[in-house]
Amino acid sequence: MLFAAEETAEHAVEAAGWFLENSWLIPLIPGIAFFVILLFGKRLPKGGSEVGIASMTASLVIAAGAAFQWIDRVDSSHGEHVGPVIRQWTWWQSGGTKFGIGQHIDGLAVMALLLVTFISTLVQIYSTEYVKGDRRYTHYFASITLFSAGMLTMVLAPNMVQLILGWEIMGLCSFLLIGHWWEERANSEAALKAFWTVRVGDIGLLVGTAMLLGIFGTLDIKGINEGAAAGDFGAQSTLMWAAVALFIACIGKSGQFPLHTWLPDAMAGPTPVSSLLHSSTMVVAGVFLVARLYPVFHVGLEINAVGQTFNLIAVIGGITLIVAAALAFVQNDIKKVLAYSTVSQLGYMMMGLGVGAWTASVFHIFTHAFFKCALFLVAGSISYTASHHSFDMKKDMGGIWKKMPITFGVWMVSTAALAGIPFFSGFFSKDEIIDSAKHADYTIFYIVGIVGAFMTTAYMTRATYLTFFGAPRGGAAHFMGVEQPDNEAHDDAAHDDHGDHGDDHDAHGQDDHAPVPGRSFPFAPFDSPWKITAPLLILGTLAVGSGYLNAPALGIHWFEHQTESSIGLPIAEGHGEEAADLAHAGEGDEEAGTAAEGEDEAEHAAAEGESADSAIFTVPEAPEFKWSAAAPGLLLVLAGFLTSLFLSFAVFGKRKSALTPLVGLTQRSKPVGAVHKFLVNKLYLDHLYEKIIFRGVAYPISKAAYWFNQKVIDGVVDGAGRSGKRTGEWVYRNIDQRLVDGAVNASGMVASETGHALQPVQSGKVNQYGALLFGAAAVAAIVLILLNV
Amino acid sequence: MYAVNFLLLSAALFSIGVFGVIARRNAVMVLMSIELILNSVNLNLIAFALINNDIDGHIFALFVIAIAAAEVGVGLAMVLMIYRNRRSIALDGLSEMHG
Amino acid sequence: MNALIFAADVNVAQNVGFYIIAAIMLFAAISVVSTKNVVHAALWLVVVLGGVAAQYILAAAEFVAVSQVMVYIGAVMVLFLFGIMLTRASIGDDTDVNNKGWAIGIPVGVAFFGVLAYSVIDAFEDTVLVDPSGAQIASATTAISDGYLGDYLIPLIALSFVLLAAAVGAIVLARKD
Repeated sequence: MLFAAEETAEHAVEAAGWFLENSWLIPLIPGIAFFVILLFGKRLPKGGSEVGIASMTASLVIAAGAAFQWIDRVDSSHGEHVGPVIRQWTWWQSGGTKFGIGQHIDGLAVMALLLVTFISTLVQIYSTEYVKGDRRYTHYFASITLFSAGMLTMVLAPNMVQLILGWEIMGLCSFLLIGHWWEERANSEAALKAFWTVRVGDIGLLVGTAMLLGIFGTLDIKGINEGAAAGDFGAQSTLMWAAVALFIACIGKSGQFPLHTWLPDAMAGPTPVSSLLHSSTMVVAGVFLVARLYPVFHVGLEINAVGQTFNLIAVIGGITLIVAAALAFVQNDIKKVLAYSTVSQLGYMMMGLGVGAWTASVFHIFTHAFFKCALFLVAGSISYTASHHSFDMKKDMGGIWKKMPITFGVWMVSTAALAGIPFFSGFFSKDEIIDSAKHADYTIFYIVGIVGAFMTTAYMTRATYLTFFGAPRGGAAHFMGVEQPDNEAHDDAAHDDHGDHGDDHDAHGQDDHAPVPGRSFPFAPFDSPWKITAPLLILGTLAVGSGYLNAPALGIHWFEHQTESSIGLPIAEGHGEEAADLAHAGEGDEEAGTAAEGEDEAEHAAAEGESADSAIFTVPEAPEFKWSAAAPGLLLVLAGFLTSLFLSFAVFGKRKSALTPLVGLTQRSKPVGAVHKFLVNKLYLDHLYEKIIFRGVAYPISKAAYWFNQKVIDGVVDGAGRSGKRTGEWVYRNIDQRLVDGAVNASGMVASETGHALQPVQSGKVNQYGALLFGAAAVAAIVLILLNV
Repeated sequence: MYAVNFLLLSAALFSIGVFGVIARRNAVMVLMSIELILNSVNLNLIAFALINNDIDGHIFALFVIAIAAAEVGVGLAMVLMIYRNRRSIALDGLSEMHG
Repeated sequence: MNALIFAADVNVAQNVGFYIIAAIMLFAAISVVSTKNVVHAALWLVVVLGGVAAQYILAAAEFVAVSQVMVYIGAVMVLFLFGIMLTRASIGDDTDVNNKGWAIGIPVGVAFFGVLAYSVIDAFEDTVLVDPSGAQIASATTAISDGYLGDYLIPLIALSFVLLAAAVGAIVLARKD
């Protein structure tokens, strides 16, 4: 059925190009590269990294080709619905159930493919410098290549099974990479924590997939989406529970509250891993899942239903947003600040999906990937060059902006994007989410969004100040050439920190000291080597420029146009010709909207059309951008920046100011100290999970299981053995000895007794012989007579 | 007269001779009982010759007499041998079988 | 049975003579197997043998009767007596003449007599012997010699071998070496 559908789709629109049809190569090439690196990497001159980079570049080329061809396809569709390019090969078929492995390429997939391949390539180039000389260099590249293969498999999955396959491969690679330096206990525990926490969520994925199969009878994403959009399911509540189950998986994977605890601990891995997996690509897999199956969530949780003030996705997203931002304030580790920032931004994306702002959230995935990856790579660059492999802001950083201008510049640009400062990329995406919340009458989430913006700016300013400004400390002091009174103590402390951060610097005599850092750019002599700095530059540029692909403020809706077909599913015939008319009207208006003005009315008409849910399935269009509407948010951003700046100067700086008495407030004041302690202990969530739930549930269960094993199972086994033994003994005594031997002995005895009985006949006595003779003759004669009578 | 008389007489002699063979302990007495038996057989033969008016019965009876004589001669020689070896001719103790 | 004794058409004298001799024979035979004296047993055996000879005469077998007297009584019984003498039979009553299991002889004997009597009576009940006083039977002796030297010549020669072997054997057995 699907292959037939594929052919009709191709005939409907002109045949898709080579790149689009062969996009299945994109995950396959890194997959093969994984095996090549694993088997041959150690023998290759560059330790396998060349295979990894080559495979990612090849995938990038194909992804770029596919992107071009997709854009071409959309542009030439002239307002018709652009069907996805689906190709499936049967993977498993039994009875009536059948699912395949292949590709499902539409705008969303193309965006994600391009994003993942691009960032993977940059990160792999970065890694060749960063983990140079590492003891498991080849395995690192194998794992990171496998991760890319897994994410790409998930992104272009045409059915839920392949999606789960990619999901799980990513989970595995996350575990492998977080625990890359597993010799330290903290690192291996962080890897396990990441794996188990996401696993808890994966229960929801499996349950949800099973429910979807039960509701729609198919595992194909296209079928599921069309079914959900057309209302082809039984009860609304069933779909809702399926959506809830799937969302639980997203909570785990995308680090939403309350399963976010693994993400900050995941910073134990090498920094390129954090930048690739735990900021730009893997953690957005949950958001991607919601975006991919959006009709299920939209219909199931009745997002944008008239009168709804909150729903599960938006609430979780909102809570995550605020909680993570609050926790980012009390971190001393720069990577942990960025980790909480990632969690917070993921909360934004989820909240955006929860209020119906599909395009905004997807676009935020796109822009966030660039600037967050840039931020992490900057942190890695600083640790590589400036802070002597430490990530502690308070102990080993400060005042390095003068000596590392490019790194500082990229950081500032990315921070600006993150904070949502106008005309940087984050502004276009994050602000659209906040605007949509307000426009869709989810007022509370609007407030949450702008408070979050305030907090984001505030903690990033704090981090910026601690990292780049102020007096150089510890490792940074060494880098800046500034003498410190207790340099050696700081060196030891810095070395201790290495244990925490798990850099390849724990034991001295490691070969990480041996490799010589590469050459830096000539225009930035003190920045990190070029393999580190070049990706920084590229990402920084994108942090600024990528936002312009979809800027409502400037009337650009190009990105939206390219990806909307992922959502704008045609409802099957039989649902009314009015729906078809409205559909054509909506699409026609959209096409006009891509031109210039007049789009707003069309968008509102389309929005109204879908809110009745009988027209073509779309989500509410983003509201028209007005500077006046964006003003409150921008003002809060500015307020956050200034507040934080003053506080930073006051608390961390040397100059006295009006806010100086605030120094040491957390120690002096009990309530403030309590709040601080609450935040530092990560809201005691870890305590709850590990000590209370885990110990309270797992220990009794394990004790019961142990008791059952020893007493019941072993008892049964032992009892069987004992009874077998006793049976054997009884059989031996009674049957073997008495019966069998008795029979044998008896037969012998019969023979001997017969002999004994017959012995008197041979007495040797003549008289007796005579008696026998005549007696026998008499008997025989009698018999003869009797016979003849 | 009736032929049955001779035959019954011989039957009686035969039975008495059988009893003697079984009951007597002395070897010589057993031989005597055997003589009784042989004579009864002779009587039977003569009676049958009389019944069938055939002379063959007489011939057989003479054979039996001759054979009986030879047998007694040899038998008594054996008894004498036994007596010489064991000093007794009681048939009870003449057994070397373990029955 | 009554006809046996009171048959009017049979020869009464022959019958009576037969019965008297039969009675004597039976009494003597029983004495042979029941007396405690070995010599007495031999002498009673002589009586039996004599009685048998008399029966032969009654049955018109004169030659056999004479042979019986000459051979049996004259040679065999003398042999017996010599044997008794040489085996030191005790003079007078012997204490243990019967062996342990002598009682079983009675039923065997009785069974035998019963069987034989029944079969004989069953077969020959009505047979009447020809009166031998008439000259119907040819001279028995001539017939016997005709038989011996005619039909039964080879058995006769064999018999002579047997007698020779017996004589030699007896001598060989009994000689003292």
